Amino acid sequence: MNSLSCPRMQKISVLLFLAWVCFLFYAGIALFTSGFLLTRLELTNHSSCQEPPGPGFLPWGNQGKPGACWMASRFSRVVLVLIDALRFDFAQPQYSKVPGEPPVSLPFLGKLRSLQRILEIQPHHARLYRSQVDPPTTTMQRLKALTTGSLPTFIDAGNNFASHAILEDNLIKQLTNAGRRVVFMGDDTWKDLFPGAFSKAFFFSSFNVRDLHTVDNGILEHLYPTMDSGEWDVLIAHFLGVDHCGHKHGPHHPEMAKKLSQMDQVIQGLVDRLENDTLLVVAGDHGMTMNGDHGGDSELEVSAALFLYSPTALFPSTPPEEPEVIPQVSLVPTLALLLGLPIPFGNIGEVIAELFSAGKDSQPHLSALAQASALHLNAQQVSRFLHTYSAATQDLQVKELHQLQNLFSKASADYQWLLQNSQGAEAALQTVIAELQQFLRGARAICIESWARFSLVRMAGGAALLAAACFLCLLASQWATSPSFHFRPLLLIPGAWGLGGAILYAGLLATTGLKLDPVVLGTMAATSSLLPFLWKAWAGWGSKRPIATLLPIPGPVLLLLLIRLAAFFSDSFVVAEARATPFLLGSLILLLVAQLHWEGQLLPPKLLTIPRLGSSSPTGPPRHSGAYALKLGVGLLLCTRLAGLFHRCPEETPACHSSPWLSPLASMVGGRAKNLWYGACVGALVTLLVAVRLWLGRYGNLKSPEPPVLFVRWGLPVMALGTAAYWALASGADEAPPRLRALVAGASVVLPRAVVALAASGLMLLLWRPVTVLVKAGASAPRTRIVLTPFSGPPTSQADLDYVVPQIYRHMQEEFRGRLERTKSQGPLTVAAYQLGSIYSAAMVTALTFLAFPLLLLHAERISLVFLLLFLQSFLLLHLLAAGIPITTPGPFTVPWQAVSAWALMATQTFYSTGHQPVFPAIHWHAAFVGFPEGHGSSTWLPALLVGANTFASHLLFSVGCPLLLLWPFLCESQGPRKRRQPPGSEAEARVRPEEEVEEPLMEMRLRDAPHHFNAALLQLGLKYLFVLGVQILACTLAASILRRHLMVWKVFAPKFIFEAIGFIVSSVGLLLGIALVMRVDGAVSSWFRKLVLAHQR
Amino acid sequence: MKDTDIKRLLYTYLLCIFSIILSIFIPSVFLENFSILETHLMWWCIYSVFVTAVNVVLYLVVKPNVFLKEIHYHLSNILKCCLYFLMSCFSFHVIFVLYEAPLIEFVLETFLFAVLLSTFTIIPCLCLLGSNLKAWLRVFRRNGVTFIWENSLQMTTISSFVGAWLRAFPIPLDWERPWQVWPISCTLGETLGYVAGLIISPLWICWNRKQLTYNNN
Repeated sequence: MNSLSCPRMQKISVLLFLAWVCFLFYAGIALFTSGFLLTRLELTNHSSCQEPPGPGFLPWGNQGKPGACWMASRFSRVVLVLIDALRFDFAQPQYSKVPGEPPVSLPFLGKLRSLQRILEIQPHHARLYRSQVDPPTTTMQRLKALTTGSLPTFIDAGNNFASHAILEDNLIKQLTNAGRRVVFMGDDTWKDLFPGAFSKAFFFSSFNVRDLHTVDNGILEHLYPTMDSGEWDVLIAHFLGVDHCGHKHGPHHPEMAKKLSQMDQVIQGLVDRLENDTLLVVAGDHGMTMNGDHGGDSELEVSAALFLYSPTALFPSTPPEEPEVIPQVSLVPTLALLLGLPIPFGNIGEVIAELFSAGKDSQPHLSALAQASALHLNAQQVSRFLHTYSAATQDLQVKELHQLQNLFSKASADYQWLLQNSQGAEAALQTVIAELQQFLRGARAICIESWARFSLVRMAGGAALLAAACFLCLLASQWATSPSFHFRPLLLIPGAWGLGGAILYAGLLATTGLKLDPVVLGTMAATSSLLPFLWKAWAGWGSKRPIATLLPIPGPVLLLLLIRLAAFFSDSFVVAEARATPFLLGSLILLLVAQLHWEGQLLPPKLLTIPRLGSSSPTGPPRHSGAYALKLGVGLLLCTRLAGLFHRCPEETPACHSSPWLSPLASMVGGRAKNLWYGACVGALVTLLVAVRLWLGRYGNLKSPEPPVLFVRWGLPVMALGTAAYWALASGADEAPPRLRALVAGASVVLPRAVVALAASGLMLLLWRPVTVLVKAGASAPRTRIVLTPFSGPPTSQADLDYVVPQIYRHMQEEFRGRLERTKSQGPLTVAAYQLGSIYSAAMVTALTFLAFPLLLLHAERISLVFLLLFLQSFLLLHLLAAGIPITTPGPFTVPWQAVSAWALMATQTFYSTGHQPVFPAIHWHAAFVGFPEGHGSSTWLPALLVGANTFASHLLFSVGCPLLLLWPFLCESQGPRKRRQPPGSEAEARVRPEEEVEEPLMEMRLRDAPHHFNAALLQLGLKYLFVLGVQILACTLAASILRRHLMVWKVFAPKFIFEAIGFIVSSVGLLLGIALVMRVDGAVSSWFRKLVLAHQR
Repeated sequence: MKDTDIKRLLYTYLLCIFSIILSIFIPSVFLENFSILETHLMWWCIYSVFVTAVNVVLYLVVKPNVFLKEIHYHLSNILKCCLYFLMSCFSFHVIFVLYEAPLIEFVLETFLFAVLLSTFTIIPCLCLLGSNLKAWLRVFRRNGVTFIWENSLQMTTISSFVGAWLRAFPIPLDWERPWQVWPISCTLGETLGYVAGLIISPLWICWNRKQLTYNNN
């Protein structure tokens, strides 16, 4: 029995090998993600006046003074002027190095003269700081930092992806809670961040980066009137001109000088209008590079200017020569305490101690005490935050956290002691101040360590691992078809090495006592399992391997693939991918048709040869008429274009209009139009159903009494009916009479669940009994026995079985034909009318239909038209591809690269044409409520699953259907001859022909005849598909890491990477499932044959 | 194949290139405010008429297809050619729309681009091969060409298509240049591709003249 189990072993090793390759990709993705996407947990706790951050009485107390909170307020009003991208050197005063010579002249230097003048004339009133910004240096993240005092990362866990509103405690929230009137003007990013928080607001679109003046002029129109009206407590003006000028022209441009001079006038105007109780803050949210970009962590990007001014004296000393460097988030606790507000809960900034020293005339002792108390409040708040945060997650290093807590307890105890012995020396106070500052800096450092740093090593490692995995796919897909290919060593060696690497790493950690990082562990295992392969590739290099075999992809397809990959490096192309992908797909289709023509396979030879040029006959006979392939091509283009009508616009292109058909029917007003649309959707559903049944019926797969076939015949219509009923309820739920409300609500819960349950049971049935062959009884039995007489013994060996199976198959076909003749069936006689020839693809198509229905249910109703187009499109594409693929019997079988690339392109195109975009606001959140109209309570995985299934439906469908690429040419085998042999008008001939024919097409049984080649072809197909998907994700990682300083990195590249990564994971799982399904069918067919042979021997 | 044939081919193609260059500069002499990018519609019309005329005249004068008796300059044949040209314009338009060109917006531009593309690809085919569609299909196949004119025709036509296709790629970029707009970019690319084909094909034929063997017995 060992020889019989051999194909099964092969199948298992193919699956495991593919799973291992997937694991390599996953490890690479995980490693890259851990270095690139910085994550942090958002806490929703809030600070409040009533609740001081820690024990101990407050020195000033809140007794007596109205509005006082943790600390008495020093200023009742603040004007915050935020100049986007105001780099530190833009504001730095310019002094000539050599007296008498003018200072260095650059467009951006020394243009803010009013700051310089104020600093010179009123040194105790103003101060300029170099504020150190934390990456990512993008405006939205900076605004979050400037209001929450925290370190926003790209993904703040717990973030509400649908909107950008800040949920954490922040200054604006504290201000509104305290009843202060906050007036805002400028960048409309604030509108998203703080919806409804402002008492008065003038928002201007920040979208057009090339527009230097709209926002600034809009602000200027309202700034002074608002100031003069006095109806504000906090005035925020966010100017964008400098930033936009940087993006458009760069800092070294005369426009920048003009823009900065304009800002200078603004500041001068504000200073003239300030009253004594008002603080003016001029701040840049980040800097810019030499080219005017920002987003990354270079020195120029992270140094911004911060300028404070008050008409009353504020500072005890004159400003230092070189402005002090302070973290940008310091502004948050400082402003909070100066305004008499609680410090926001999640703040990790450190107050600017100088500002709390109670003026220039106060005693040094009192001044130090005031500073210490502000710092102590700050430290208490940070300590409370660290405590809460580390209780919620494990991000922060425990050891360092412990040290910090010790430091804090000591400083706090010293401070309390000093307060009680109020005659403490100034020196002791200074020590306490130093200790508190040390604690605050330490706390910030560990937060930065875990939240705000790209790990370039991890990013590079992840990209390298992905590249190596792609390389492996490329090479292994070639090895798979070579005749001397063995399955067994494929798996054992990498498995052993991987295990070895993982154990080594774990052991190393155990000895050094470090924390185990699952990402690094996975990487170690992946890398070490790759080593033997890389060694093999290295050893085989150069000696006898020409470079052409390393690049097996044909030139035009390679070019298309390269163009597609290059497109990931341009933000415009990522944004326009929804239109670029159909273009590429169309190009590939046209290329396929043109290639067919070029090779002379499109038209029959006699059409082409002019009598005089007899010798130029084509190499191979065409398998189809020319118009056939051309029609397929045009049909495909048409379908692609029609699917493109269901297109959602990315938010970056305001001129584009999203398709109105993406919204659910319930949102439509017109009753008549709604009914028409509903009819169209149900029509699409019915067409899909009928098409699938016709197709199955055509290949004779609907005749068997097996349970899956019965399910297809009866279960599918029920599913369609359920879907249609659910749509009717969902689109007209509001119009239902009140009596039926409960019924409607109940049905809209039950119906989707019932459809999903039906689909799942259909899939289960298919897995249980995948062989849907009609076994004939009666008259055929004796004849079968005659055929099989040569085999008297039991089928002990695989060879015997291999010999017997085609015999049975041929015999049964004869049998079937005989039966057809007896029953005098009319019409064209299809030689493929036997179920066995399409057994694999029938199972695939059935499974895909079962899968499509629940996915369809998760989308808006009108997307059903796209699903219909999707099935039609893949059907046409498969036919077109099959026209160009020669059948090589007895193997090896290959799936050409163009087929795999076209399939992957089509998956991407369908992703877009089902109304998706790779950005978070475009996710279809409503999918989570299909079947769960009341929400999910606290469960998160189920809604995530539903939304994920909605978003990655096309990835799933196409990857599960991937084995069809291998099966379809065999299926089309029956068509070619039939089509050619039926010229119109020769009816009699057509009737006679089949009798003469000796060799019947074996169709998919050819695959069964060569199990080794079949398994190798499945492996190769899987590897090729993984390669095409893998290079996409590789290109995404490279784009994200190379362009990590790009303006659009967090807006375009990072979301694109996340979507591609999840899409890859979904696709790879789908691919494994699809291949496993084919193998399951194959196994069932084998056992069916064995049973048949045994039955005949009895 | 003689060297004189190749020389004739080269000179004819050089004249073609010269005429394209002329068509860019001559209109600006007669018309005010003429520029390729701003008054592109007018330029395309002039350009298309000019290139058609030059092609027809050159092919009539040079008579490359004297070996083939397939083409007769009958009125019916000429009418048929005109019909084919019109049909190709419309079918190109349809293909552009299938390739994501806007359906209603820029309809005139898209159609003129289709006319222009037909001028560069279909007119030479009509001049050389006449209205015999079988000959057309033969020429665009592996080992289908029978003499150098067909060989060079194959190359120029394919390079025009490839040029137009390649220049579709700058369209989505956000550079906001006037030559990036939908049909303009493609017309420029197609012109470049055509000119490149005109230059390369004689050189390529000259280079490979030893290897080239045609199947015309």
